[in-house]
Amino acid sequence: MTIAVRVENLGKKYRLGTQLRTYNTLRDAIARTVSNPGGWFRRLGKGLRDPSANTIWALRNISFEVEQGQVLGVIGKNGAGKSTLLKILSRVTEPTEGSGEIRGRVGSLLEVGTGFHPELTGRENIYLNGAILGMKRAEIARKFDEIVEFAEISRFIDTPVKRYSSGMYLRLAFAVAAHLEPEILVVDEVLAVGDAEFQRKCLGKMSDVAQQGRTVLFVSHNMSAILRLTQEAIVIDKGQLALRAPTAKAVDYYLSQGLSQQGERTWDPSEVPASAWPFCPVAIRARSSNGKVTDILRSVEPITLEVEYRLLAPLTGLRVGIYLSTTRGEPIFTSFDTDDPSMYERYTSRPAGHYISRGVIPPDYLNEGRYVVGLNASSFNIKRYFQDEQSLTFSVDAAGAPGMQWPEARLGVVRPHLAWYIDAVGASQPDRLAPVG
Amino acid sequence: MTAETEVPVVYLRPPKGWSALNLRDLWFYRELIYFMTWRDIKVRYKQAVLGISWAILQPLLTMVIFSIIFGNLAKLPSEGLAYPLFSFAGLLPWDLFAMALQRSSTSLVSNANLLTKVYFPRLVIPFSSILAALVDFALAFLVMLGLMVYYKVWLTWNILWLVPLALLAMVTAMSVGIWLSALNVQYRDVQQMVPFLINAWMYASPVAYSAGLIPQGKWQIIYGLNPMAGVIQGFRWALLGGNPPDKLLIISIVVVIVLLVSGLFYFRRMERTFADTV
Repeated sequence: MTIAVRVENLGKKYRLGTQLRTYNTLRDAIARTVSNPGGWFRRLGKGLRDPSANTIWALRNISFEVEQGQVLGVIGKNGAGKSTLLKILSRVTEPTEGSGEIRGRVGSLLEVGTGFHPELTGRENIYLNGAILGMKRAEIARKFDEIVEFAEISRFIDTPVKRYSSGMYLRLAFAVAAHLEPEILVVDEVLAVGDAEFQRKCLGKMSDVAQQGRTVLFVSHNMSAILRLTQEAIVIDKGQLALRAPTAKAVDYYLSQGLSQQGERTWDPSEVPASAWPFCPVAIRARSSNGKVTDILRSVEPITLEVEYRLLAPLTGLRVGIYLSTTRGEPIFTSFDTDDPSMYERYTSRPAGHYISRGVIPPDYLNEGRYVVGLNASSFNIKRYFQDEQSLTFSVDAAGAPGMQWPEARLGVVRPHLAWYIDAVGASQPDRLAPVG
Repeated sequence: MTAETEVPVVYLRPPKGWSALNLRDLWFYRELIYFMTWRDIKVRYKQAVLGISWAILQPLLTMVIFSIIFGNLAKLPSEGLAYPLFSFAGLLPWDLFAMALQRSSTSLVSNANLLTKVYFPRLVIPFSSILAALVDFALAFLVMLGLMVYYKVWLTWNILWLVPLALLAMVTAMSVGIWLSALNVQYRDVQQMVPFLINAWMYASPVAYSAGLIPQGKWQIIYGLNPMAGVIQGFRWALLGGNPPDKLLIISIVVVIVLLVSGLFYFRRMERTFADTV
């Protein structure tokens, strides 16, 4: 079998962003040139790397191979280094150490809509974006109709994309990218666009690509998509290659890794990105009905999810909320602390301080299984201060839940206690049986 | 298995030292250059009521202002030609150069979103912004022809010299533009400096005045090092007649080539880290 991608000891070091500006002014360069004229050209070539500036290894010691025609999943938490890896593989950036070898044209879908220009029409953007992604003009022309049809925008093809709805925009962008035909396709989280039906269509398109014998590196937070599209996956954790295994095993490893947080996840202020300011998460917890912080909760009792946080400055329009999803990545619900109109009016702005927002999941709601809680703090349409899709996991035990007399697994994420009535119509003893409890 | 041999192999390794220019890669991406140029042209005058006519209005209005101030008030000598004609023949290559330089030097930063997302030879970006300036040039050239008809100046075969001269103006813009665009990725000071540089350069070129005003001797030689001085003189000569450009033009061509080659190497070296620093 031919190896399509081989990387050895790949590493990438970044300087921390805030240092850049202060060290990189021309004034600084001139000042140094005056004191050390000889080093000027050397530094010019190196781009003024200051040894004292903070650096971080986004990726280190990564070695793996991908065979031609293989679809490899890449999983890892946000900031684990997945995107850096894909950027290196698609040659957007170069590694700091190590080496790699890639056989074939690499097409990357690092972000849909890259290079779209708002002033240009849909038609013009298809050509422009196609060329940016590495397609030849003839190739784009050949696939033009297919792209338009896939994106479902034929009526608006000659309208500037700035007039498109965000859904149309994303559909068009994905459609162009999905029709690339490189030997190696690098896909980063592009399935999170559009409505459910379009996502299904995208997923279908991706599996077509995989079946055409092309090599695909596929990154996603959607575990069900990873499971469906890949047979093998690598797990990246803190910039290191943690595991390479058949996908099911890799997904299990990933979900159990670092996620078993004993019903609580806390944040050290140093872990919180600067962009979250003034929001500073302290902890997220799952509590049972008696107030205990725990990893295992009961389906028949209320489950309290609480978010503890500090506001370092007053905030207007803040909403703190949770996402609940299955460990396979399928969303169950999203809920914010100011969903209720009265809460919304009462908390239009919050002064700086220390807060706890609690949300209670009613009893008889979740089925047995393991669930993932994500955290989001944002002001609608203004800014997303903080987001972590996988902050916490907990298990639900179904003891006492409806139907437990039959030892069988029940499908579905909810296990409600329905009010059942049985009318014996035309039975020999016409007694009406009322529901119990 | 024939396809096997055609598959290009790419090696990923840390940026180290100076590397080969790899202009073949640029050739491979020639369609992208075309599309980026086309985008620049298309987008530039979008949502402007006057649209592409700005490409004609800008040099035309500059010419009018020059004619009033330098022609009528300051009464600068114009080599025996009507001053509007004289200044427009200078503005024609100058605007081409100035626009190409200005757009190319900020081009990388204004396309930062592309740099951080997709791979292609980074030279595509400054290249296409320089090419886009040709459209404005072509339109302004039509105005020039109109002016010549109005002033009853007839074309000669010398007009063919305009091709290498315009090319020299563009290559000059490119040689400076690629240096500045690569520097601008790191030092945003560059984009503050560019308008001033262009302004100063214009006064150092015979756009509004005649090169004959420069005293003979060492000043003339220094002046001759400015490629745009030769280009502008050449334009006037090819279109309107008069003195052909100085032999010093040869020296300035050498200067441009040195600047261009060093710029290409510098660019090539820095492009490997553009995505991280932009």
